[in-house]
Amino acid sequence: MIVRAQVWWTILQMCIAERLAYRGDFILGTTMRFLPIVTQIFLWTAVFASAQSDQMAGYSRNDVVAYYLLTMVARAFSSMPGLASGIATQIRDGQIKKFLIQPIDLIGFSLLARIGHKLVYYAIAIGPFAAVFYLCRGFFPGWPAGEVTAAFVASLVLSFLLGFFLESSLGLAGFWTLEISSLLFVYMLFNFFFSGHMFPLDIVPDPWRTAIEYLPLKYLAYFPAAIFLGKVPENRLWLEVGVEAAWVAFFIVLCRWLMHRGFNRYSGFGG
Amino acid sequence: MRKGEGGRGNAEGGKGQGDDGDNGAAAARLPSSFRLPPSSAQAASASLGFSDYAGVFLMFARNSLIRDMTFRANFIIETISSLSWAVMNLGFYALVYNLMEHAGGRTIAGWTQHQFFVFIATTILVNSLVEALFMENAEELSELTRTGGLDFVLLKPMDPQFLVSVKKISWASLGKVLLAVALLAYSLPRIEGLQLSLLQLVLYPLYIVLGTLILYSIMIALAATSIWLGRNQSLYDFWFYLTNFSRYPMEIYSGRFGAPLRHAFTFVVPILVVINVPAAILAKPMTANNPDKLLLGAFAVAAAVGSLVISRWVFTRALMSYRSASS
Repeated sequence: MIVRAQVWWTILQMCIAERLAYRGDFILGTTMRFLPIVTQIFLWTAVFASAQSDQMAGYSRNDVVAYYLLTMVARAFSSMPGLASGIATQIRDGQIKKFLIQPIDLIGFSLLARIGHKLVYYAIAIGPFAAVFYLCRGFFPGWPAGEVTAAFVASLVLSFLLGFFLESSLGLAGFWTLEISSLLFVYMLFNFFFSGHMFPLDIVPDPWRTAIEYLPLKYLAYFPAAIFLGKVPENRLWLEVGVEAAWVAFFIVLCRWLMHRGFNRYSGFGG
Repeated sequence: MRKGEGGRGNAEGGKGQGDDGDNGAAAARLPSSFRLPPSSAQAASASLGFSDYAGVFLMFARNSLIRDMTFRANFIIETISSLSWAVMNLGFYALVYNLMEHAGGRTIAGWTQHQFFVFIATTILVNSLVEALFMENAEELSELTRTGGLDFVLLKPMDPQFLVSVKKISWASLGKVLLAVALLAYSLPRIEGLQLSLLQLVLYPLYIVLGTLILYSIMIALAATSIWLGRNQSLYDFWFYLTNFSRYPMEIYSGRFGAPLRHAFTFVVPILVVINVPAAILAKPMTANNPDKLLLGAFAVAAAVGSLVISRWVFTRALMSYRSASS
């Protein structure tokens, strides 16, 4: 057990060191990611300036801005750049063979690599994030109650796991199709619109709204932000977090199942 | 580019471009002792006329179409996917207008819903032109620099900026042009009190071309930095974040922070005129007593010319720092 923990610890350290090599690029990338928020603030300011009421679909202008900023936090946890395409590439060019002959689990290794990636990302991104949130503090209604904050943190951690296992499952589809770029494209499109990244999902009219409610995508951006802004009723708070955890469990099982099925049909040749 | 490095026509460098179906392979067959001084290539490029460039452009377009048609399924998927982004985006604005109308609002920064749809159609038009003609090529420039494949571009007796800029044409991106035209056809008759004049119909395509040229200038100047940096992978990200500002009516940038932003993106990096000017020409009734609009229209012409000149300068300067690679 201890030996196994040491192996995982070494892998994690390795992944962190690898990530730190490109910290300059990281800082630039993180800061640039706030730029679309600027245009959203101006757009929504113009929308609210035109409307007669200062509330739309339960949001004030400040709520909308706070919402966009909070989805940035959620996406800092749930987005997995290059994960699915990386797994698919490994399957296609045969690198996946090393996981078959070494006593290292593909998903476990990818998860640690991703945690390493995220830890470095948070260590660097906390600067730009803190600066932007401090500058924009006027848009926020203030810190929510302790229980709500706890649910918010839990939803963020779960959104990381959901994002990881969902995208890994997509990547593992590469065992069957080899080229998954069009699958990924469809996923990205749906993710962008139905995770709440582009707009608060509350503005969507029924029946679309109900359909989106049943998708797991909303937990990747909308849900943590909605908890923070008090859009999730307190009596349903933990139930909703439980549903998110159930989705995570579903994708963990799916991911494992796809990996085993994939390994069974995979043939590797050459060195 | 340094003297004496002009003619590295060896077989190894040819591999970098092998899949393009161009004459990279022919160049690769040149004996390794073959050396063409840069000055001869430049002299030859000066003697070529417009028809030669048009001919080469048409050949590039034809080759790209053949290439796209070879991988037909991929072409169809790419067309559908770029269309679906545009449609989803349209859906978002339809939602926002719906929401706003319920709250008693009618316009976003002076743009009614159908005027705004014309704005979006213009955005789609300009962006699909940029994506179809230049995007892939600008991304490729970084790779050409890194692998040394730029040698073959410099060897040819044509303007290197021209060769680098239009080598591949992404026909799949042109599918969006049809969507934009359909959106224009839907929205224009629904704009209250709009009487289209011949002048508007002439100026609109002209300003679409000018807008495309402004975006091209910024893109090629950004791509040229990869010659200095060796590699520039975040080019597309930076491009996306920068041009994101141009996708909204310029009137939304107002107030203490908005006004300076609007001026910077109009007069320093003129991305705000790219969509705003043609969209306003078509969607908002032209009135002679609107001097600001006329001035902005005149400025857009100057901005397009200025951007092209500056980007040309940046590209030429960057090329002088090119030191080849490999071999």
